[in-house]
Order: sequence, then structure tokens, then C-alpha cells
Amino acid sequence: MTVLAHEFEDEELPAWSLPAEASDSIRIRAGWPERVTPEWAWGGSTGAGVRVCVLDSGVELGHPLVGTVQRSVAARKQEDGTVVVEDDAEGDLCGHGTACAGIIRALAPDCELISVRVLGAGYTGSAAAMLSGLEWAIDEGFDVVNMSLSTTKKQYVDRLHELADVAYFKRTMLVASAHNMPVESFPWRFASVISVGSHELDDPRVFYANPTPPVEFFARGLNLDIAWLGGETITATGNSFATPHIAGMCALILAKHPELTPFQLKSVLHLTAANVR
Amino acid sequence: MSDLRAAVAAGVFGAEDAYRSLLRATVEVARAIFHAKAASVFLLDEATEELVFEAVAGEGADTLVGQRFPADTGVAGWVLVTRQAIVVDDLTADTRFSREAAESTGFVPKGLMAVPLLAEDKALGVLEVLDRPQQSRFTLAEMELLGLFGNQAAIALDLLQRARRARAALDGEGELGALARIATRLEDGDEERRAAGLQLLAALEQLL
Repeated sequence: MTVLAHEFEDEELPAWSLPAEASDSIRIRAGWPERVTPEWAWGGSTGAGVRVCVLDSGVELGHPLVGTVQRSVAARKQEDGTVVVEDDAEGDLCGHGTACAGIIRALAPDCELISVRVLGAGYTGSAAAMLSGLEWAIDEGFDVVNMSLSTTKKQYVDRLHELADVAYFKRTMLVASAHNMPVESFPWRFASVISVGSHELDDPRVFYANPTPPVEFFARGLNLDIAWLGGETITATGNSFATPHIAGMCALILAKHPELTPFQLKSVLHLTAANVR
Repeated sequence: MSDLRAAVAAGVFGAEDAYRSLLRATVEVARAIFHAKAASVFLLDEATEELVFEAVAGEGADTLVGQRFPADTGVAGWVLVTRQAIVVDDLTADTRFSREAAESTGFVPKGLMAVPLLAEDKALGVLEVLDRPQQSRFTLAEMELLGLFGNQAAIALDLLQRARRARAALDGEGELGALARIATRLEDGDEERRAAGLQLLAALEQLL
């Protein structure tokens, strides 16, 4: 069912204010069901056609739990201190990115996966690499960006906030790991992203809406069997791994309802959360 | 050595020892609480972009302090760079990860917990707890406990670094070395020079 049609892309629309006679020109076709259920939201979906970007430590190519990775790039620090994003064949420098990609793949087997490696630019280059990688991902127009990472560096917060808002209006859903302690880190604290913490259940499709943000959703994050380096699997715990569960659910929902904006997607997640239904 | 300098030095040197003991005590308690084989605190050396073993309890306690490895690779590097705590279990001995861990810790862990050590907007290092018993499932309560130890270790590490910076200043190294030398000369100089110096400093303070 179509919720919101992209009918306006080539038209001149009153973007900054709304004259009386123009109100018909922005009519939004709404096909919301009487009740938004998991079946309506993602029933039968495999994530086909949705492009999910994993902004992380890289993804190991050929890992059986990850399958095809459509493209791998890395944010690299140049001699002059600037960061460039270029194609990369080094894979994963840690195991973490492969783990996140595997979780998304398990939920949304037919989605496209793109890896942006932001680790390996040196410690001091890491926040700049994260920003450059994110900027690239937003420019590429990916549907979902998994960010199981954060920064506390104040000098990057304004730019990160700006990018999160740009992504929100460009229909790129940023899904970011929250801290499990009251730490001032970003981007998960921004309202334009989805922030994710962990619950203790084993069901990968069960998530809860948190009535007291900034952590907005809780997803499976404990004792997971996940992909790791060398084609291995390990057991792991962390909000890092809860986050790709929500990214995977976003892929399932967007495959079925590609017209949803981040605002609407977040509402669908809310309405289908285990404690809201 | 002047009285002022001697007094400050005594405080600084004493503090450094005390904070190192506090850090050591923190990793020992973390190891005991989690019934783990080892626990360590790594300090980030920003100048070289390396993580340095600063305090170790259990396996490797006698040999690892002072050893270094790059700060942007491996699980510890990931935790430092991304500020995210993670726990991994069921590691097997033949993966690249395990080999790297073995090189940095002296033994191959089956599992590890790692949490970033944060002070305001800075990441100071990483706390790792290696090989807790794996028969029990990990819980969110344990994750919270790990975070609490991380907080405590971060405070101890922050104090230790401050004490080291103070000592470097007293030793005439670092950017505050000049100020420490001025303080010494003010104290050592005759009354007239001292009064003139203080006047000059008052003017400088006003200017700043």
C-alpha cells in the first residue's frame, strides 16, 4: 500500500510558504491503514531494493553471513590532513563492521549492502573520517545508514548535527548506537536520527519504543552469534549490535513502503514496537 | 629547590603514585568482580597515536605495563575511536583478532569486555576485562557494572595524567614549563625584583 507518493519531484512547489490557491498542489496521498501492524509494515519483505550503508570498521568480503557487498570504500587521511573517500579492498580492520553487516543481512536478505570504512585513519583522524564517510553516504542517497559508533569531540558536533538534519530531509535514515550510560556523545542524541539501545530478549525482530528518550528504541543486543573476521562467528554483546537490528527493520519496512520519509519511518517503528502494538 | 617548588613537587609526586595505585586497584576489583583472568587499563598516547598498558591485574601484570600498540585497530582501538562498549565471547585461537590480542596481552583470550574511558569530550583510554567465566549468559546488569568501572578508571586515569602534566611543568618540560620557571625565580629573587615581577604579572593578567 502506498502511503505517500513521490508525485512532486519535477514540479514547482511552494517550498517556503503556502499561497491559498496552492494548497491543492501539495496534496499528499495518504494510504495509512486503520491500524499499522507488523504484517502491514514489513510482512513478506526481504529488503529488496533498499540500499543500506554500514559506516564502520569495514566489512570482510566473502563472509558467508554477509554475502554480497555492493561496494566498499574507505575514508582515508591524506598527508595534508584532509580526508578522502575512495574505493577500498582492505576489508575489515576489527571485525565490528562485518558483525553489523551480518546482522542486517540476516534480517533483510535481499537488501544492498555498502561498506564505508572509517577506522584506520589514525586515532586523531577518526572523527574527521566519520564525518567524511557520513557526508559521502548522504551524497550517495543511501536509504539507511547504520552508525554503530559515536564521537564525544565537541568540535565535530555542529557539523555532525548539520549532516544528520540534511540526511533526515534527503530521506536517508541514520540509525545510531546510544550509550548505555549518560555520556555526552553524538550523533545518537540528535532527534533527526534513530537511537538504539539493547534489550535482553533473543528475538531479532522484537524491539521496544522508549517513552523516555534520548534512547528511542531497544533492540536485541545481548549474547548474539555474529559474523567476525576470517569467516568466523563469535558471541557478542553491545548497543553496537542492537543498532543494525533496527537498521535491518528499516530496510524491511522501506522495501515494502519506499515512499516513507524518516519521520514516517520512525512513526511506523513506534507503532510496531512490542510495547506499543 | 625553593620551598614553593619543593612543596608542589612533593604533592605532585605523591599524587602520581597515589593515582597509579587507584588505577591498579580499580582493575584488580574489576577482575575480581567479573571473576576474570585479567583486567587492564590502556592509556591513549595522543602524540604517537598508541595505546599503552597503564595498569594490569592478573595475567601479564608483571610484564605488560608500558607496552604499546596502535590506537586505531583491534577491538580496543574500535572502542576508543567509537566510544562504544562491546563484549565478545567464544573467540577461537586461530583468527587474526586472537593473534593480535595474543601479541598485545601475552595470551589468547576466549572473550573480552571493553569500555571506553571518557573524561568530558576526551577519550583517555580503554578498560578491558579478559576471560570472564563463559558458562553464564552476559546480562545488561553486567554491562552497566562494566560501565561503572569504566567511569572510575577514567577518573583515576584523568587524575594520573593531570599529575604527570604538573610534574612535566615542574621539570621545565611542556608548555607550562616557562610558568614554573617564572614562579621559581620570583621566589628566589630579592624583594625588589620580586615586587617588580609581581607587578608585571598583574599587568599581564589584566591584559589576558
